[in-house]
Amino acid sequence: MSKRAALSGKYAIVGVSELPVGKFPDQTTLGLHVEATRLALLDAGLKNTDIDGIISHQPRFDPMRDYTLLIAKASGITPTYMTDISSSGEAPVFMAQQAMLAIEAGLCETVLCVHARKGATREGPANVEIREGYDEYFTPYGIAGGIITHAFMASRHMHEFGTTRAQLGAVSVAARKHALLNPNAMMKKPMTIADHAASRPIAQPLHLFDCSLPADGGGAYIVMRIERARAMKNTPVVILGTGKHHVHANLANAPSLTTLGGKVSSQQAFEMAGLKPADMDFAQFYDCFSITTIGAIEDYGFCAKGEGGPFVENGRIEIGGELPVNTHGGLLSQGHIEGMMHVTEAIRQLRHEVEAARQVKNAQLGVVSGHGGHLSSHASLILGRDTR
Amino acid sequence: MSEQTSQSETYLKPLPQKDALSAPFWDALHAHELKIQRCADCSRYAFPPVSHCPGCLSTQLAWTAVSGKGKVQAAVTVDHAPMPAFKADVPYNVALVDLAEGVRVWTNVIGCAPAEVVCDMPVEAVFEDVTPDHTLLKFRPAR
Ligand SMILES: [Zn+2]
Repeated sequence: MSKRAALSGKYAIVGVSELPVGKFPDQTTLGLHVEATRLALLDAGLKNTDIDGIISHQPRFDPMRDYTLLIAKASGITPTYMTDISSSGEAPVFMAQQAMLAIEAGLCETVLCVHARKGATREGPANVEIREGYDEYFTPYGIAGGIITHAFMASRHMHEFGTTRAQLGAVSVAARKHALLNPNAMMKKPMTIADHAASRPIAQPLHLFDCSLPADGGGAYIVMRIERARAMKNTPVVILGTGKHHVHANLANAPSLTTLGGKVSSQQAFEMAGLKPADMDFAQFYDCFSITTIGAIEDYGFCAKGEGGPFVENGRIEIGGELPVNTHGGLLSQGHIEGMMHVTEAIRQLRHEVEAARQVKNAQLGVVSGHGGHLSSHASLILGRDTR
Repeated sequence: MSEQTSQSETYLKPLPQKDALSAPFWDALHAHELKIQRCADCSRYAFPPVSHCPGCLSTQLAWTAVSGKGKVQAAVTVDHAPMPAFKADVPYNVALVDLAEGVRVWTNVIGCAPAEVVCDMPVEAVFEDVTPDHTLLKFRPAR
């Protein structure tokens, strides 16, 4: 057994929180982190003084030095292990791996993983935002932001594999259907493939309904050893597999725009868990844009490279389909909290506690993808309902 | 105020930011030449500009004239400008172009309609003087 595989099943998630997703101009980003912390502690039946490890993700808007320490002190936590992650949309997934390793190394016993953001209303001194890096080589050409980055991916994917706009639409429509079943989703109106096709072009081949929703919100989860987790009040959700991989840092250096780091990070996670894609009851794939989901379905091995377009058609990724994807509505229709809601939704699905209409029946196993930066940051997480 | 300064001030789009690393790249463009760093130790080309060769970590990097021939890796038509200064330009093309020498640049393909720019299309470099002091590397369909 590999060293990585020996860690499978040793750690579990015992508490989870989700803040309302929407627009909250009266809240601060730091305050959202503390509220997510309070609710996760409440869910787990723990006190702030029980937490000795804390991991957060440097916010893109209004970043501050030692951000995790600011959260810890605002939450009454005195950690012996603490780290700031700065790897954008993969961070909430990656946190689970870091939490597990910190406990395994004996640095702490009970780790809080927390992320919140104000992507909709922002705050703080005007325009203080983490720089992308290499901006001076693309902004003179009218290139900026995630939409154009992912439109490049879509352009190449459609060219190489014949992926269609209607297939992109199937991803957005599935997300919307799921959002309508989730009271904590921003989008409340149905969407059809025709609505998707008719939405205004933003960066073609991507249109408005291929894009995620800027949102305010946050969430948190708490990790501890499985033996301790079994004495807690909730059904433990076990960390079975984790992975991480980075191939490039900017698009100029990306060997491929269509096969990304998620291919290796998911292989690592499946190998660690001793499981395969077909074992999964659902997948929560980071969906900053519709094309991101199609790429992940392929990279994670649910179909061959290039077959993601046909895969998402005919309701296959909808609840009740072969592989329910983004059962909460995703970044596309719930709101963009950089993937923290993908993790919290997976946890809650495995605890069998989401609204009946979107509960995946008898869900035992699920996979979560984290994706960020310039198609450049990838983390994978496989979770299971504790069977003991 | 010189005419040059006033023209630079009325150009509202982001301009190249020269630093110690990138000045030779932008200066070459201003002279209507395309130069890319090449590692003297392992022969790899590197872009964006680097202090060390990412392949072998050599600091022996020589600014080398390249062909300006390339192929479109990906092409996008921007209809909603990501920055206010580009609003008047929509729809405009943005592209990733793979140079024959094995590096990729962010650019605009000009000289044809945005919808006519397609993946794998052969293109060649053109130099666009956007202010008297600043030149951008753009591409047009290969002739
Ligand atoms: Zn070298």
